[in-house]
Amino acid sequence: MSKTSNINRVDGFAKVTGSATYSAEYKTDGVVYACLVGSTIAKGRIKTIDTKKAEWAPGVLAVISHLNVDKPSGYEKAKDPHNFGQPLQVFKDDTVLYYDQPIAMVIADTFERMQYAATLIKAEYIKEEHITDLQKAKVKEKKVETDKGDDYHRGVPDNYKNAAVVLEEEYTIPTEVHNPMELANIIAKWEGNKPTVFTKTQGVEGTRKSIGGVFGIPPEDVSVNSEYLGGAFGMGLHTWPYEIAALIGAKKLNRPVKLVLHREQMFTNVGFRPYTIQKMGLGATKEGKLTGLTHEAVAMTSSYEDFMEGTVNMSRFIYNCDNVSTRYRIVKLDTCTPIWMRGPGEATGSFALESAMDELAHKLDMDPIEFRKLNYAEKDLEQNKPWSSKYLLDCYEGGMERIGWKNRKNKPGSVKEGEWLVGYGMGTGTFGCYRSPTSVKAKFLADGNLVLQCSVNDMGPGTATMMTAIGAEITGLPSENVIIQMGRSGLAKGPTQGGSATTSSVGSAVHDSCNLLVSKVLGLAGATSTFKGTPITDLTFANGVISSAKDASKTVSLASLISSNKPEDFEVENTSKGNEEMKKYSIYSFSVHFVKVLVNPNLGKIRLAHVVSCADIGTVINQKTSAGQMYGGAVGGIGMGLMEALEIDHRFGRPINNNFADYHVPVNADIEKQEVFFVNKKDPISNPMGTKGLGETALVGMAPAIANAVFNATGKRVRDLPITLDKILEPSVANA
Amino acid sequence: MAAKKSTRNKLTEDESNASRRDFLKKSGLFTALALAPPSLVMASEKKWDEKIAEYLETVPLSLEVNGVKQNLNVEPRTTLLDLLREQLHLTGTKKGCDHGQCGACTVHVNGTRILSCLTLASMQQNAQVTTIEGLSKGKKLHPMQEAFIKNDGFQCGYCTPGQIMSGIACIKEGHANSREEIREYMSGNICRCGAYHNIVDAITEVKEGGMLS
Repeated sequence: MSKTSNINRVDGFAKVTGSATYSAEYKTDGVVYACLVGSTIAKGRIKTIDTKKAEWAPGVLAVISHLNVDKPSGYEKAKDPHNFGQPLQVFKDDTVLYYDQPIAMVIADTFERMQYAATLIKAEYIKEEHITDLQKAKVKEKKVETDKGDDYHRGVPDNYKNAAVVLEEEYTIPTEVHNPMELANIIAKWEGNKPTVFTKTQGVEGTRKSIGGVFGIPPEDVSVNSEYLGGAFGMGLHTWPYEIAALIGAKKLNRPVKLVLHREQMFTNVGFRPYTIQKMGLGATKEGKLTGLTHEAVAMTSSYEDFMEGTVNMSRFIYNCDNVSTRYRIVKLDTCTPIWMRGPGEATGSFALESAMDELAHKLDMDPIEFRKLNYAEKDLEQNKPWSSKYLLDCYEGGMERIGWKNRKNKPGSVKEGEWLVGYGMGTGTFGCYRSPTSVKAKFLADGNLVLQCSVNDMGPGTATMMTAIGAEITGLPSENVIIQMGRSGLAKGPTQGGSATTSSVGSAVHDSCNLLVSKVLGLAGATSTFKGTPITDLTFANGVISSAKDASKTVSLASLISSNKPEDFEVENTSKGNEEMKKYSIYSFSVHFVKVLVNPNLGKIRLAHVVSCADIGTVINQKTSAGQMYGGAVGGIGMGLMEALEIDHRFGRPINNNFADYHVPVNADIEKQEVFFVNKKDPISNPMGTKGLGETALVGMAPAIANAVFNATGKRVRDLPITLDKILEPSVANA
Repeated sequence: MAAKKSTRNKLTEDESNASRRDFLKKSGLFTALALAPPSLVMASEKKWDEKIAEYLETVPLSLEVNGVKQNLNVEPRTTLLDLLREQLHLTGTKKGCDHGQCGACTVHVNGTRILSCLTLASMQQNAQVTTIEGLSKGKKLHPMQEAFIKNDGFQCGYCTPGQIMSGIACIKEGHANSREEIREYMSGNICRCGAYHNIVDAITEVKEGGMLS
């Protein structure tokens, strides 16, 4: 993939000129403005709700609550708590299940009038006792009632307890909120019984299904547009109550309704990475061979949906250990339902596992990387399969060299730069390579441009650029001649963007459709008089010209071929999916983050002096966009490690820091020096391009890398994220 | 349910006229209306009051946006951000928080970067506003826009207009003399995709290339 391996983002021009149109920005005639009013209690019932003042306020067109809502027909049917899309049925009745749950919607003719009217709504409640504190509620833990929720054992359960060297510790991560820069937003309208939405979703087809389900209409009748997303990081994997509310409003008024959440509502109504308590038990011989590994997690979910993620999964296969046990439990709390956040469970799990590995290495007085190499897994012991490819050792080497690992001392606190204590740390990440059935339509236009169509969208990783690169490589066209049409229903059906599966799924479909299209073109060319007697296998196609490999004087231009045939002869719509061969292998991406921290012992201040992020993701389709993803994943992990925590005032069950001033995310000043390294070796099994996925693993392993570096600098082991300066200064005994 | 609904509607109708009169009295525009002859009640019944209120609730505003003179009537409470996005349909300027905490809404007013979400439109009389849409001349991009594409200074693109407006200002203010200084003076613009490394590259390139006077 040489020519296209460093092309600029194909949507770059649109994004730097402000002409990229995000959901609520579509110019829509007659659009009116809606907002949601949230409950001020965390659990109970609405006793009264006074909407009169709001209804009489200037410009107000409707105020909708459970008292006057025309309930969507799907509300009666849906009882399944796993019904992706609308388990919390907005305005269904007087029940309040979490703080800031929408209890009313105000619609007015202007934004300002809508906002003012919303302040006039007053509600009284019958409060019930809520619980939002996982630490207090964890006694109520339960298993998730699906296969994935089962306990896992390999060898002797909890064998770590019998080892010569034992480590047993508890690790906590707080609730973290996705907070993409673009607020959750939608424009909803109806034509008869057919809705059209412009909304912030990661899955066009999934949203069609969930909206169809709520309103009792076939998914094909639902039009979804979501070409540009201002980030999502997982929050767009759900169809949320605000989207249904806007549709209810639009239907009632028979007018397009625009609804944009406030930033505060982004903390309460559209999911989060769940607060999770993890227990690790690691056992090893004195020489450092792992003999037992137990990983237990208790995570929060909502009272109305069972949410789970792969928090403990990585522990089952990443190291060569014969005795592994994992257990996963959930606890129902009175909050909104969590939703996968970048690097979902693995990011949470790797914090516990990779911190514990560092702690055990320290107990063994071993270099953390030597300890990992000693326990390197030559095959996947969980599935008992060979790896399709694994270049994790290359990641270790590449990172050690770049970060200056040789300057690290095993004894904490032994390296200084001026008044700063210096620490080095690393953490391993991994994420499965998935591929889902995907259709792509490829066609040549009369002007010779290639059009690729798929309903998949692009929340930022560069999906359109990836499609362009693969399409250009296969058809031999310059990338400027590839036109991508994506992010809306009605196009060939693409997957939901998530789980690092987009390139594997959509890229493969582009690959296959373009190859079929090229064959078709060569077949048509072979039938022309120019190539009479030339076998099709001798024909090549590049830069819009078909030529004979044996006789360069014979050429046919694509343009002339198109003009003498029917347009539909130059179209292919094909569905691609994984094959049986894939099932014989364990296919994972791997990443290792290395950090050099500087810690001021008097102030507790932590600086990330250098961050190196290495990954084995198979083939790198585009260096530029892939590096961007890796930088970004690392920054996400830095937020997780050093700053992000949604603080809840449990007396009221509501967040305290529901804004960007109080909920800290990394800013430019936090990122001092960053490097990215890709092994860039093709995976022979995963898909035709040999990619393995990047978006998720780019974040996994960063938080423990920081925790381990902080320990190496200070001797202070922080086991509850984020690692804030108060935890460094805390006068408790260091465990060095 | 249906019965309940109709009762609510009836009550609303009965009381609505009273409420309109009430509103006009409270609106602080009573004097203006009292001078206007003769029948306030009739005006109210014909819902003229809402129309009058709509007129009187707004203030005239003349300003220049991307070199185009705009003569508008805006509500005093309308922010510059909402004016740009909702009334002028210049959606390149982004809304991220409404509290001046994220920088997505950064525009230039009279050459200085400001947060348009914390700026009332009505206070920008005769101001010269430049938004992301005003930087390029057709297909010809501003050097900072070029540098953002070349250095891949974004992913989702949502914070990008604000970053670019801030980046240009950062250089013009004289705050782009080192990577460290750029990082500091660009920290009011959050990028949740985490493109900071490349954003600093882009700004450094423009600064070092002397592409901005």
